[in-house]
Amino acid sequence: MNHDFLTLSRRAVHVAIGALLCVGTALTPALAATPKDTLVLAFAFDDIITMDPAEAFEISTGEVMGNAYDRLVRFDVKDPSKLYGDVAKSWTVSADGKTFAFEIKPGLKFASGNPLTAEDVAFSLQRAVLLDKTPAFILTQFGLNKTNVRDVVKATGPLTLTLETDKAYATTFVLNCLTANVASVVDKKLLLSKEQGGDMGYAWLKTNFAGSGPLKLREWRANEILTLERNDQYYGDKSKLVRVIYRHVKESATQRLLLEKGDIDIARNLSPQDLTALASNADIKTTSTPKGTLFYFSMNMKNPNLAKPEVREAIKYLVDYAAIGDTLMKNIGVVHQNFLPIGLLGASTVNPYKLDVDKAKGLLAKAGLANGFKVTMDVRTVQPVQGIAEAVQQTAKRAGIEIEILPGDGKQTLTKYRARTHDMYIGQWGADYWDPHTNADTFVRNPDNADDAKSKPLTWRNAWAIPDLTKKADAAVLERDPAKRRALYDAMQAEFRRTSPFVMLFQQTEVAAYRSNVDGLKLGPTSDSTYLFGVSKR
Amino acid sequence: MLKAAGRFVLVLALTYLGLLAVTFFIGRVIPVDPVLAIVGDRAPEHVVARVREELGLNKPLYEQFGIYIQKVAHGDFGTSVLTANPVLQDIARTFPATLELATLGILIGVLAGVPLGVWAAVRRGGLVDQVVRVMGLIGYSVPIFWLGLMALVLFYARLGWVSGPGRIDVVYQYTLQPVTGLLLVDAALGGEWEAFRNALSHLILPASLLGYFSLAYISRMTRSFMLNELSQEYVVAARAKGLSETRIIWRHALRNAMVPLVTVIALSYAGLLEGSVLTETVFAWPGLGLYLTNSLQNADMNAVLGATIVVGSVFIGLNLLSDLLYQLLDPRTRAR
Repeated sequence: MNHDFLTLSRRAVHVAIGALLCVGTALTPALAATPKDTLVLAFAFDDIITMDPAEAFEISTGEVMGNAYDRLVRFDVKDPSKLYGDVAKSWTVSADGKTFAFEIKPGLKFASGNPLTAEDVAFSLQRAVLLDKTPAFILTQFGLNKTNVRDVVKATGPLTLTLETDKAYATTFVLNCLTANVASVVDKKLLLSKEQGGDMGYAWLKTNFAGSGPLKLREWRANEILTLERNDQYYGDKSKLVRVIYRHVKESATQRLLLEKGDIDIARNLSPQDLTALASNADIKTTSTPKGTLFYFSMNMKNPNLAKPEVREAIKYLVDYAAIGDTLMKNIGVVHQNFLPIGLLGASTVNPYKLDVDKAKGLLAKAGLANGFKVTMDVRTVQPVQGIAEAVQQTAKRAGIEIEILPGDGKQTLTKYRARTHDMYIGQWGADYWDPHTNADTFVRNPDNADDAKSKPLTWRNAWAIPDLTKKADAAVLERDPAKRRALYDAMQAEFRRTSPFVMLFQQTEVAAYRSNVDGLKLGPTSDSTYLFGVSKR
Repeated sequence: MLKAAGRFVLVLALTYLGLLAVTFFIGRVIPVDPVLAIVGDRAPEHVVARVREELGLNKPLYEQFGIYIQKVAHGDFGTSVLTANPVLQDIARTFPATLELATLGILIGVLAGVPLGVWAAVRRGGLVDQVVRVMGLIGYSVPIFWLGLMALVLFYARLGWVSGPGRIDVVYQYTLQPVTGLLLVDAALGGEWEAFRNALSHLILPASLLGYFSLAYISRMTRSFMLNELSQEYVVAARAKGLSETRIIWRHALRNAMVPLVTVIALSYAGLLEGSVLTETVFAWPGLGLYLTNSLQNADMNAVLGATIVVGSVFIGLNLLSDLLYQLLDPRTRAR
């Protein structure tokens, strides 16, 4: 058999190799660098479903809203307990505590060029209440509703506006709610010109922009790219950057490579391992901020074993908080056993629980379960949640409690949790707006524990009936003396730590890694307070 | 002829209907509440109830399906709740990204895989055969996710030969006029050769990776088809006639092996066109695979069904194409 058949393929191989080399040289990219006037971020933003501030309630959307929309008031990122006027020049509260009067700064304009007046502010709040999307409850909880909103939120002049609440709430509570995205000021004239069938521009605004913030939205391409540009109509200090581009990059390792290579300026979703690996890189710095998000797991009291108070207390002693904190949560969270995250008014820093198997065994014996029991836990298959669940499974076993982990994706476990058909559920909870009531509302209020209840807070999901605590939480939101209000939250947290079916674990720390030529990056305590308009590049 | 065409259309319609029905009912029985994706975890109960009604989820399943089919028949695939865009618009955006990747991938797979397979068959047990075997083994067993990351570390981060994850550098994001959604084609149409080069340097690594995995499969299959052909009597006869070995192998044996090989290649290509979720994740590639997976996890059924139709069409189209190629390659199958 002769082998001249190979002559053809040999020639082909030579040609192929030659071609590959040519292509290789031609393709070698120029030294990677992002343009000086453009900030490029890698950010997992697949949670975004709308760009309308009246509907947006997702973490990634919050950041866009904070940069692109103004509101009456904002809180100071450096000290979140302080408020300052954004489009509001000043405000007063009537003696009975129920009427808020705002004066709007003169000469403001939207990115569209339309003037921003009290009429727009009133329209924005009315629109959010009338559309009645998920975040509307932040405004309706102080008495605004579809029938009265046009009367209780009123422009009284071109630059003056009043808002009436149904009760005399803590002033800070009402103002804190007005810092939320749902209270963003939208461009009435523009939206009405885009109206379809009386929807107040709802269909159009899902993917468009009608704001006045320092940056304006150019485009949101789901799961691909999101671009903000400098708003030259902005009243305050103009953004130093011409453009901010978010690239959707889901994978931490990919974000890290892009950052190391200089194809992005900031990486937002790095795993603890990747952060550790970047620590030795002189071109890359990190910044971190405690967030309003808590990691916890909860016990459904419909399960007869978990309904026993001793069992719940025992389980709180069966978590190795310190060990998990040093490993899985390293750099991304700190131990926190209270329902108010640090940074919110009245947040407690008392963390009494630590791993104590003997104490847990004693408590279980007292509950008549000396030999332990079997229980399931619904777990999202993402880190760090999955790792924490496995660690808890290990330590609980030492007291005889067999936890069976039921893996699922986020929406699946959540569907089950919301129907309260779980035994145990591990998850996260983030503050909806920057006031202690946001978490009190879900962790220590349960107005109706019946299966068909109208409102289904986390307490309901775990069948924790607490009429007394509910009353206390309701009183705290009406307490106008800040010191007394703080004391009320302190007392609620103490009781919650002892008796609740929630094992509070960690407060999240958000970390971003950035190239050393980026200046002025500060992550905010909430998703909507990471401001990029103050960032610059050298 | 007319009768055959009529039958074809009927079969096609039934295939689509079946595909949609199965996907629709699976989508409705997975334990995820579709309302959750729209209103989120924090929505008050009355908002949840209202959205459920708006989506028609409180109607019986068959009725929901009927409404959907009716709309599809009128060309309305609905709106994705995750992207807030019409599903067709989303597909027009994500499918070209996958098409570009898969096409280059399958080209690499075929151009390298077929010759390697032939070579391995001819020199059975030789060095090339062993190499092909090991490559096939790695292709089957190594997770594409890991290999993708390693390839990025080496060719992008260390050597700097190619551009990184994503379809194109951000500087070209707003300079390129979208026409087809295929960046290479759009850049060429606009004469933007810098952008073309850039897009290609982003494309080459993930495409090579997909190419490698199809190569591993195609070369193994080529080898076994070729071995089968080379043992046939007509090869012996050709040798006895004194034909050159090159001619026997490339003209006669390969040509016969091509008939089953076309099916293998078409199915590989269809598999790539479904979108490779893991490759798309590692390379931050906004393709159909990621879109489909993300939609499925959120029970965004309009999007899932729309994408399923695309995937179904790809399979049907490629099957048709390979049938046509059969007739070209094998005179016996030609209609007389």
